[in-house]
Amino acid sequence: MASVATKPLQELLNEAFPDATELSVVDRTGGGDHFQVTVASPRFEGLSLVDQHRLVYDALAGPLGDGSIHELRIKTKGT
Amino acid sequence: MLRDQISEIIETEPVALFMKGTPSFVACGNSQRALSALRAAGAPITAVDILPDPRFRQELSGLSGWPTIPQVFVNGELVGGADIVEELAATGALERKLTDALGDDYRDRQAERVIALSAA
Repeated sequence: MASVATKPLQELLNEAFPDATELSVVDRTGGGDHFQVTVASPRFEGLSLVDQHRLVYDALAGPLGDGSIHELRIKTKGT
Repeated sequence: MLRDQISEIIETEPVALFMKGTPSFVACGNSQRALSALRAAGAPITAVDILPDPRFRQELSGLSGWPTIPQVFVNGELVGGADIVEELAATGALERKLTDALGDDYRDRQAERVIALSAA
């Protein structure tokens, strides 16, 4: 479900994980700054959870840095 | 220096939890999730409140390269934030990691203490 708040994040993640088999961004509270991100990608295979989450953080460095994300929950999966 | 204080905690504490608030007064749901997962695994916890000064968080994230709070370290290694620690706890991997890092009897040392950073 795309919204004004989730669309920019979705686009950044689509760019970073073009091969994702699952990719979703949910606005958890409806307030536009608490998000649940789920990404399944072959890029995660063989990586520790820390390194998997780092790839997501890297993709979202812009909105994380400018304060537009107040809280980010991440779920990553290999495929 | 602030960065030295933080890296000393990371390097010397068996389990360091950088959080918003303290275990007795948690100021954020994600910090609570990480704390609860560590407690359930029986970990000895050294908590550090990053809220008193914004520089605490800046220096920590500069050191770890991890942008969000909480952050959990075991024997100097970044284990992750609330999502990862919860996920590891759910699969039993957190207890295995604590056993590998701290020894079979780590639960005997279960305790919670707080270290305050000094901004000066």
